[in-house]
Amino acid sequence: MKMIPALRAPKRLNRSLTVSFLLFALLAVFGAFMALPLVYAINNAFKPLDELFIFPPRVLVSNPTFDNFYDLVALMGSSWVPLSRYIGNTLLITLVGTAGHILLASAAAYPLAKYKMPGGKTLFSIVVLSLMFSGHVTAIPNYMVMSWLGWINTHASIIVPALAFPLGLFLMKQFMEQIPDALIEAAKIDGANEYRIYWTIVMPNVKPAWLTLMILQFPMLWGTDGGSFIYSENLKTLHYALGQITQGGIARAGVGAAVALILMIVPITLFILSQSSVIQTMATSGMKE
Amino acid sequence: MQAETTPSGAVPGLARKAEKKSRLGPALKEIGKHKHAYILMGPYMILFFLFTVIPVVFSLLLSFFYFNMLEFPRFVGWQNYSRLLLNDDVFMIALKNTFLFAVITGPVSYVACFLFAWIINELSPKVRAVMTLVFYAPSISGNVFFIWLIVFSGDSYGYLNGFLIKYGFILEPIQWLTNENYILPIVILVQLWLSLGTSFLAFIAGLQTIDKSLIEAGAVDGIRNRWQELWFITLPSMRPQLLFGAVLQITSSFAVADISIALAGFPSVNYAAHTVVTHLMDYGTIRFEMGYASAIATVLFGIMIGTNMLTQKLLRKVGE
Repeated sequence: MKMIPALRAPKRLNRSLTVSFLLFALLAVFGAFMALPLVYAINNAFKPLDELFIFPPRVLVSNPTFDNFYDLVALMGSSWVPLSRYIGNTLLITLVGTAGHILLASAAAYPLAKYKMPGGKTLFSIVVLSLMFSGHVTAIPNYMVMSWLGWINTHASIIVPALAFPLGLFLMKQFMEQIPDALIEAAKIDGANEYRIYWTIVMPNVKPAWLTLMILQFPMLWGTDGGSFIYSENLKTLHYALGQITQGGIARAGVGAAVALILMIVPITLFILSQSSVIQTMATSGMKE
Repeated sequence: MQAETTPSGAVPGLARKAEKKSRLGPALKEIGKHKHAYILMGPYMILFFLFTVIPVVFSLLLSFFYFNMLEFPRFVGWQNYSRLLLNDDVFMIALKNTFLFAVITGPVSYVACFLFAWIINELSPKVRAVMTLVFYAPSISGNVFFIWLIVFSGDSYGYLNGFLIKYGFILEPIQWLTNENYILPIVILVQLWLSLGTSFLAFIAGLQTIDKSLIEAGAVDGIRNRWQELWFITLPSMRPQLLFGAVLQITSSFAVADISIALAGFPSVNYAAHTVVTHLMDYGTIRFEMGYASAIATVLFGIMIGTNMLTQKLLRKVGE
């Protein structure tokens, strides 16, 4: 503790108070811009109908109510695909897609980070190169691959490609490079094989990276509307249901706000819980020269 | 005797075999030694090649064919490209819009990611965690950008219209999302709102790991203010994260489509928010001209990779 003022002293010398004030003011203004739509979305979910259509519109709710959530349950109980079905589909896609991605990406990242096998470098550069273009480029051949595999209109068409998301492998590999080689050598001397080392030594040591991959993968799958692959109503996702509800017009505004809140609050909560691990992983995210 | 001659007779043949093996041998041995590594990588790499690498190659090949999903593909040479670049006015609008998006949202979001990460880094850990959440939350709250639909709604219940009418700036509501003049700026604004994502976190993390002794040493060496510290110490120490962030921001800035479709519709009024990606969707999922759509995808691929490579080259010079 004694060291801290001493460490800070030279740092403070370089700081002009006016500039600090201006920078924090800038942060506050833009922070408000970032937060306002979310605050508005949260408040909307608790607004009674008359407040939703008040003129001029207000951000904050004055008489909060759970009516919108009750309406949502009532509405979805009476429709021919119950809401629980959409939630179940979304949960299935998200959980299997996220867990599978963490498992596959870390299994591939471990040899890439710790062994020099022929072709390893080339494979990793292809993964890095694939960060440089978006999935739109491959959308059309992907559709053909899916129809060739017979996966159109199945959840596999959403889940399986997500398992091999390149960003996850990249971050996992960078993070695994930090694991001391001595740890792996020691396990080898004790007679553990590669799979055992991966599962009992490497995996427990990269928990922060699991959470990071989760934070990147989860919102993407949680927010999927099934795209062009899924057309059966009983396979559709919660985000798709939200779109249907909001298209129901003015009368559905409250219910729409309730679904939107459910959709946004889950990834945000996960991030709050995992923030420090995510930052720890991101520290190793850099691209080497 | 017999026993001795047979092996000696076989020697030349064995020697030749051994010589042949010595070229392939070490490589195979090396692969054999790492058998477990390949097995571990297998599942991921098979899926990665199946859904990313092969489709890129396939798309490139398909761009030289006419293919409508029903008839057998017919080779047409450069025809798709010549039609795309010389005869497709809508593609030119899409290309112009895409570059406009990318030129604005790419650098602005990149600088914003860094600037806000840099200011947040000066705060105490607890405030830092809250501010990180505030700036990062929009990018993971996924589809909540539909809130902006309410903000920019064309009637007087729209948040912006309501506000402007109340304070007397306008008398009648403005049709924000169907007026060509407003569509593009609005899509850019919402895109920026969503763009403080993974790179922002990478910058926050990078700033926290900068060696404090470097900053002290800099102060001794005559660094006078935070701008000099930023340029001579902070930025060079963060070069790996800067490169990583650039890749992500550039790629997403060229891929604008979902937000454009959600806000401005598909197709948008007079193609005001039409981008290369929406053009690709138009031909790929509506008109089923797969060869032509593949040519669009290949052009997009070229633009993304080219811009990324160029930026990587430039960024390596930061702080030198």
